[in-house]
Amino acid sequence: MSLFHEMTKKPWLGDSPEGEGAQDVGAFFLPHGKVGLRVFLVVVTVIFTLMTIAYADRMLFANWLAMPEPWVLWLNTALLIASSVAMHVARSGAQQDNIGRVRDGLIWGGVLTFAFLTGQLYVWQQLVDLGYYASTNTANAFFYLLTAVHGLHMAGGLVAWWRSFSRMRRGALAADLRLSVELCTTYWHYLLLIWLVLFALLLMT
Amino acid sequence: MSNGMLEETQVVPLAEVEEVDLYHAHHWITKYVFCQDAKVIAIQYSATAILIGLVGLVLSWMMRLQLGFPEVFEFIDEEAYYQYVTMHGMIMVIYLLTALFLGGFGNYLIPLMVGARDMVFPYMNMLSFWVYLLAVLVLAVSFFVPGGASGAGWTLYPPQAISEGTPGIDGGIILMLISLVLFIIGFTMGGLNYVVTVLQARARGMTLMRMPLTVWGIFTATILALLAFPALFVAGVMMLLDRVIGTSFFMPEMIVQGEMTSHENGSPLLFQHLFWFFGHPEVYIVALPAFGVVSDIISTHARKNIFGYRMMVWAIVAIGGLSFIVWAHHMYVSGMNPYFGFFFATTTLIIAVPTALKMYNWVLTLWKGNIHLTIPMLFCVAFILTFLNGGITGLFLGNVIVDIPLSDTMFVVAHFHMVMGIAPVLVIFAAIYHWFPKMSGRMLHEGWGQFHFWVTFLGSYLIYFPMHYLGFIGVPRRYFEIGETAFVPPSAATLNEFITVVVLLVGFAQVVFMANIIISIFKGKPSGDNPWNATSLEWQTATTPPGHGNFGDELPVVYRWAYAYSVPGVEADFVPQNMPPDQVKRTDSATGAVAEDPPELHH
Repeated sequence: MSLFHEMTKKPWLGDSPEGEGAQDVGAFFLPHGKVGLRVFLVVVTVIFTLMTIAYADRMLFANWLAMPEPWVLWLNTALLIASSVAMHVARSGAQQDNIGRVRDGLIWGGVLTFAFLTGQLYVWQQLVDLGYYASTNTANAFFYLLTAVHGLHMAGGLVAWWRSFSRMRRGALAADLRLSVELCTTYWHYLLLIWLVLFALLLMT
Repeated sequence: MSNGMLEETQVVPLAEVEEVDLYHAHHWITKYVFCQDAKVIAIQYSATAILIGLVGLVLSWMMRLQLGFPEVFEFIDEEAYYQYVTMHGMIMVIYLLTALFLGGFGNYLIPLMVGARDMVFPYMNMLSFWVYLLAVLVLAVSFFVPGGASGAGWTLYPPQAISEGTPGIDGGIILMLISLVLFIIGFTMGGLNYVVTVLQARARGMTLMRMPLTVWGIFTATILALLAFPALFVAGVMMLLDRVIGTSFFMPEMIVQGEMTSHENGSPLLFQHLFWFFGHPEVYIVALPAFGVVSDIISTHARKNIFGYRMMVWAIVAIGGLSFIVWAHHMYVSGMNPYFGFFFATTTLIIAVPTALKMYNWVLTLWKGNIHLTIPMLFCVAFILTFLNGGITGLFLGNVIVDIPLSDTMFVVAHFHMVMGIAPVLVIFAAIYHWFPKMSGRMLHEGWGQFHFWVTFLGSYLIYFPMHYLGFIGVPRRYFEIGETAFVPPSAATLNEFITVVVLLVGFAQVVFMANIIISIFKGKPSGDNPWNATSLEWQTATTPPGHGNFGDELPVVYRWAYAYSVPGVEADFVPQNMPPDQVKRTDSATGAVAEDPPELHH
């Protein structure tokens, strides 16, 4: 169903239960959770877009001292990519009713994400040791802000991950886990994409 | 040919809608406190919003006491005054209006009006309220911390919001920012519910274009809020970091009390852009639900279909879209490129087109309608006048050349109170008088309602019309005391006294209103299921107030739009949305003939 087409209808004509009107339940042929997640990802996109615009705007001011990118960030990026791959494995496992793959994928996805977050904290520690405080320069402040907001979103994802994981441990079937694993995977891929954009932004400036 | 409502239609079996697993409360705590039923959440939201709104109301009395009778009340000093201004603005705009329209009416009306059993994510919906309550509590606590609440003005402009000399920079501003961030998190949880419920959980036959305009208004406003609040979120977090850990996102280099601050080269203008990128859509987050509610109430109480339904929907969507490209008209005096100002002035004036279209359609709906001057109708007519007034002064202020001399005067205060203070509040009253019978099963007292309406309506004009004049002669806003100036005549002080007296009278009328609500809950006249003979689904529930699951055993099936009033050839003057066509009683039952091209059904 096209939303645009729907909005050109003339509701004052006719009152029949037949035809399009009666059959159309839901604007999208998707589970509620998927629609909800997509709307949420739009909100997340707005947040990161605005921070990026603020970053670009603030960069033009004097006293902007670009900060170095520690090599650990490359490792963390690799970890996040790997966690996304693992979640993808879990998803395809859930779609093929293969609980073993779901288990492997979920466990690795969680562990790698946890490692990513630990790695990000390690980077913070390293930078603070080198004297790159948030208050010394706004470039530093933006680095901490962007990584923190992204990290909090990943941590929020881990809550959803934990719910699927504990359901799996209690013996849920692959079919029952399918939706929640699919939602987690979409979220992971999307946050990976956001991270890649942020990382590219940090590298370029 | 006629495609009118009476055409015989063959009833065919409908596509099956899956029944949802309803959440069931097993304990009074999960039934009344941590409840996942949207109707209970709606009432929790509304009660909290109204309570904190009363605090905002009392704060406005304090401000008016100071402005009307300076140097009389010793407990109001400069600091306290700025705290009243700030907290009044913030409470009214965000914690009252946004929360009441979306969290309150959104939760109550969306599932009922679209024919759903509940919101699609009830648990998250419950969390939304509790996070909102936490946000309200954090805000309220800020009155009692050392240094008191923030006195930065509701726009919280840096650098002054977090610099020495502004009240509440110790704890107040920190709690305010934390509270805002919490509010946004809570709202997002609710907002996802409202959007997905409207998109995915409508009853059979409830196409998008059969939804009542109230749902369209709330739905579009929710989308605006989901896209606009992130800007406030980002600005709030960044300012919090500036204040707490000493970053310089917004804080420029400054000398405070002879010493350089540690901040360097922050951009206060960046904050203003972020703030107003949220702040302007916020006006429409409050206005669009009001537009929707007014359309439905007018149509019901004038017994006539809404004029130009499709245009009304498109106008709501168009206003929503345009509201994102006008934000810098709040910043004409910040020193912007003239071309930039020209752009924003143009977009601002363009937004008047769909808004005017709605105005005309409301008036044309009333035209030759069977107007019942019930309390909800009175409030809606008052809204049309008030929004028109506030909107027209908005056209003045939208032009750079007029805005600059009027900027920061009482004219601006009068304008935005008319357009987004009084106007939406009138709709809230209309909505409460209209839907209270559904929520409680009882009517509100008519006589007290008349008193409440006339005092509030006439009073707000007595308050805000003179205020435009004060602005014209140059009385600045936000001043604790005007004192003696060369350009403000002594009569301005008399006018200020007058305004203050009226404010207190109007305030008294609100006390009467609250009493009316509380007494009517217990002693009001029983209303029955559908006291206004309305068509939309919330009035067709099996019980009043609607039980858990809203619609008894079977979900309603929708056969028509929500505006089938005074349909030619039908006995009753309204046809509920869920009445099967073969049950509609016709005046000419032998043939079921249709009046050729019934004029009311065409636009």
